[in-house]
Amino acid sequence: MSQQDKSQYYVPAQSPWPIVGACAFFLIAFGAGHMVADLQDPQASQWGSLLLIAGVLVLFIMLAGWFKDQINESRSGLHNRQLGISYRQGMLWFIFSEIMFFAAFFGALLYLRVIAVPWLGGDSNNAMTHAVLWPDFVPQWPLTETPDGTKTQAMGYWGLPLINTVILLTSSVTIHFADLGLKKGNRKQLSSMLFITILLGIGFLFLQVEEYIHAYQDLGLTLSSGVYGNTFFMLTGFHGLHVTLGTLFLLVMWLRIVRGHFSSENHFAFLAASWYWHFVDIVWLCLFLFVYVL
Amino acid sequence: MNSVASTTTQDTDDHGPAKGIKRWLFTTNHKDIGTLYLWFAFIMFLTGGAMAMVIRAELFQPGLQIVEPHFFNQMTTVHGLIMVFGAVMPAFTGLANWMIPIMIGAPDMALPRMNNLSFWILPFAFTILLASLFVEGGGPAFGWTFYAPLSTTYSGDSTALFVFSVHIMGISSIMGAINVIVTICNMRAPGMTWMKMPLFVWTWLITAFLLIAVMPVLAGAVTMVLTDKYFGTSFFDAAGGGDPVMFQHIFWFFGHPEVYIMILPAFGIISTIVPTFSRKPLFGYSSMVYATASIALLSFIVWAHHMFTTGMPVYAELFFMYCTMLISVPTGVKVFNWVATMWRGAISYEVPMMFSVAFIVLFTFGGFSGLMLAITPVDFQYHDTYFVVAHFHYVLVTGAIFSLIAATYYWLPKWTGVMYDLVLAKWHFWCSLISVNLLFFPMHFIGLAGMPRRIPDYSIQFAGWNQLISIGGFAFGLSQLIFLVLVIKACRKRGAVVNHQVWDGAKGLEWQLPSPAPYHTFEKPPKIE
Amino acid sequence: MVSSAQRVLLLCLFTGIQVLPAAASESSINLRKGVTDISHQVYDLHMTIFYICVVIALLVFGVMLYAMVFHRKSRGAKPANFHESIKVEIAWTIVPFLILIAMAVPATSTLIDMEDASQADLTIRVTGSQWKWHYQYHGHGIEFYSLLDTPMEQIQNKWIKGDDYLLEVDKPLIIPTERKVRFLMTSDDVIHSWWVPDFAVKKDANPGFINEAWTRVNEAGIYRGQCAELCGKDHGFMPIVVKAVPPAEFDSWMLQQKEFIRQAKAEEQRLLAMSMSFDELMAEGEKVYGAYCAACHQPNGAGLPGVFPGLINSVVTRGPVADHIEIVLNGKNGTAMQAFAKQLTLKQLAAVITYERNAWGMNSGDIVQPKDVHLHKQGQ
Repeated sequence: MSQQDKSQYYVPAQSPWPIVGACAFFLIAFGAGHMVADLQDPQASQWGSLLLIAGVLVLFIMLAGWFKDQINESRSGLHNRQLGISYRQGMLWFIFSEIMFFAAFFGALLYLRVIAVPWLGGDSNNAMTHAVLWPDFVPQWPLTETPDGTKTQAMGYWGLPLINTVILLTSSVTIHFADLGLKKGNRKQLSSMLFITILLGIGFLFLQVEEYIHAYQDLGLTLSSGVYGNTFFMLTGFHGLHVTLGTLFLLVMWLRIVRGHFSSENHFAFLAASWYWHFVDIVWLCLFLFVYVL
Repeated sequence: MNSVASTTTQDTDDHGPAKGIKRWLFTTNHKDIGTLYLWFAFIMFLTGGAMAMVIRAELFQPGLQIVEPHFFNQMTTVHGLIMVFGAVMPAFTGLANWMIPIMIGAPDMALPRMNNLSFWILPFAFTILLASLFVEGGGPAFGWTFYAPLSTTYSGDSTALFVFSVHIMGISSIMGAINVIVTICNMRAPGMTWMKMPLFVWTWLITAFLLIAVMPVLAGAVTMVLTDKYFGTSFFDAAGGGDPVMFQHIFWFFGHPEVYIMILPAFGIISTIVPTFSRKPLFGYSSMVYATASIALLSFIVWAHHMFTTGMPVYAELFFMYCTMLISVPTGVKVFNWVATMWRGAISYEVPMMFSVAFIVLFTFGGFSGLMLAITPVDFQYHDTYFVVAHFHYVLVTGAIFSLIAATYYWLPKWTGVMYDLVLAKWHFWCSLISVNLLFFPMHFIGLAGMPRRIPDYSIQFAGWNQLISIGGFAFGLSQLIFLVLVIKACRKRGAVVNHQVWDGAKGLEWQLPSPAPYHTFEKPPKIE
Repeated sequence: MVSSAQRVLLLCLFTGIQVLPAAASESSINLRKGVTDISHQVYDLHMTIFYICVVIALLVFGVMLYAMVFHRKSRGAKPANFHESIKVEIAWTIVPFLILIAMAVPATSTLIDMEDASQADLTIRVTGSQWKWHYQYHGHGIEFYSLLDTPMEQIQNKWIKGDDYLLEVDKPLIIPTERKVRFLMTSDDVIHSWWVPDFAVKKDANPGFINEAWTRVNEAGIYRGQCAELCGKDHGFMPIVVKAVPPAEFDSWMLQQKEFIRQAKAEEQRLLAMSMSFDELMAEGEKVYGAYCAACHQPNGAGLPGVFPGLINSVVTRGPVADHIEIVLNGKNGTAMQAFAKQLTLKQLAAVITYERNAWGMNSGDIVQPKDVHLHKQGQ
């Protein structure tokens, strides 16, 4: 197979990994479905969670095996330029789908803030909503008191959020320098800059946890404290999840770089990781603006 | 032409399909995966159809006879979910897998292993969905649109299973769509310029874009349903500052493009078949492309026409009414183009053409009722009645499903190498055509006369029509078994062997390949004149 | 051959034109004209657009049918090779656009009229809940619930179904004719939709929000509708009946209702001072349970596992009486269990709780009196 010529698009032979992946998704979905449904019931059996954990394990095994095959193919020269373009385009469309996922939650935030809360306060064609159903409700954003009277405090943007913004912005710069290092063939710059990026990512996550603790303990701001808490935790939570995945992604890249993988021409995985990281940064900027500042 | 065919055959002699079950489990071949998708979709079509039979059996007479209302609601819900996500969408994806690489002269899909993953998620996702019917309290019973708070605070224990199965269906769709879009953008043979692409490829390109844009929004919507039900959020609960109508906005922001996801590839199929059997090039190729693109773009700004009765301010209602009416312009252009293609052609009525002509007429019926539904003040009367049910079944059954059947009759000889049983095919056509109209046409009447949708029992004034509708429903269901027999026979190579061209008027790269198409095709890109 | 085919074609078109209007006038297959100015406008709009669609369909399908018949290969047709005409394409983009504008103008003005609920003579709050309607006359202190009145036996095909099967309620909504009545729609649980076709009014009842709609009925009569938005198990069993009466009759009805309310209050006071017998409570309780509780908890008290909890030997029916009263009075947040404090009288509440603790073989012997319920209410 290795003597395939580069003018031909490499179509891999049969692979066990996709079906393993599908099984992993099945275990995750079926397990999570049962786990969540049993949350309210303390006497319920734990097999939902066990299935979920098993599913995640299988997923990681699948990813490891799949990428190992792929790396071997790439390093034995089976991939041509056209395949590289397929990977790049695929990654960009994947990032686009992620953007749309966040768009759903940003859209919800916008709707709640501009439409739902003012309407509950009698705006637009909802004068009677306020007068009859929620006469004591004061519309405001952040919504520190919900129509049913749940009180909370808003999270300011000074302090941890601002520091986190600086951290992520810096990490965008460091990964750019890592990229430059790769293109110049400066492996030392590549690995050190990438390492700093990973540290910044971990730092961000650490501070994010601190912020959550602060929210829950000091501000009374929880996931269930009305739509302000809902959007705050869902947006920052999903973003945090993406930072976690991005950091793992970068970590794998760093391990590969230490082993001498990637060249100035052949480095799709690293490129994908850095694109993903930039995407995560941009989402944070939107978050910082719409969730914290405005 | 023939030279392409012969070189490909020689090339593929050395590596055919693997033996046994491993061929299907581990495959990376776009034709295998296309076949899997198509069979899966057909099985789901029969499953969802069986649920429709339960619905129609219960509605055969007024009063409760066969099922309890709660189970009836589960049937309508799961019927909808299965038909949308399990039958129509995978069937189109199957066609895309089979045909797009061939049509653009590519050796396979761009990302073959991911292609297999996209498919194999689906059987698992639907296993979960169907399994949820057996959970205590039953499966999802809140309609396929799962409006909050019926799907949150007031839903059963199986909601979490529903949510996660939709999540993995979405992952499958997104990966499938990425594969299609990358294949089309990156894998075209030299000389296959954008404006030379077959329309089926064009419509799928736009469909794939819509899928990637809106499936994540659906994921967001089900996630909010999950957290509202189980984790104390109040996105859709006014007491916490949320709004149940926001669910509908998010859902239909996904849902309306989703509607076009299910019909744009159908346009592509009809635009392929009609010229073949009119023996005349498609009229207005470029206007077809632009019309498809404008329908797709408009689909992002019309979602709230599903929600005219939710109490939006009047200016919002007007905006969505105007935008929705606009959609009829590019859709009309398409119908006019098909008619102009037939005009002064040399038409013959092979089975794919019969289904295509039926598509044009009956889909247009659905278009007309769609236009009527767009008019907000009258929509207040139509909304949530059987008129709506009639409308979307005309566009989905006699639209999407008929186009899928037409496509199967068109390409099946290419896939199997034999001509299917034409007598059965004609029986299938006439039985389907008559029964489908018996099934869905009277729904317009009872809808206008005031029968709400999603009810297990109705007042006696609707009894006569409902009986007729149920008879049509059973007949349509049975007619599809003819199709099943026909396809199985063709797959077992019972029939006359066909040559590479199959249809004398057919154009396109797929007709340069031998029939059946070899396992690997266009490993070296063909030359496009 | 040519002439016969043409004759068939013409015949098809002709019968189409003949049949459609005749069919449309039959009310069992078309929209009702209704009894308000708005509903007439809506009906006219509906018919106009329908006819426009019919004309377009006849033109397009006529051309297509002609091609299908006369441009057949079997008739020796040779295919032309044209495949583009900018002029034609521009024409069939512009012309539909103009037709749309012609449709949009009347639609816009009707819509603006429909959405203007201001300056109403009477305001009625309509609250949907699983599966009944609650009507409150704003500023008059009159309110009542309206439930399906069709006997279970008819639904289960044991009795012959009546003419108004599934479209009959115990207490219809009474409104005056010739006055502008404004409806404030809301819901206590899921989304419902209040629809009376004869008024051309369909508006969703969203929990936590109020939507407005209005009507001015021209003719006295009884008008029937149904909930239009899927609202759970018994979505098909929550009809709407509106009785429109002349204004004078309406005014006297209002006075009569106020008198009834006064009497009912006096009766409650009287009940508080005395005790009802166990049998009396059980008999009344069975009635109330059938009307208000059985839809979810089922007539046999077993519930629907996984959706609605059973009551036989449950935590509530075997637990302390006070907890039982509490959950019936105020419902349980985050579940389908409604608050019945306002829906039922003290007597009904006491009876149904007594019934739930003694029926289905539980025979706990617990007796709850109206005054117990009253005390519990006061204690809050």
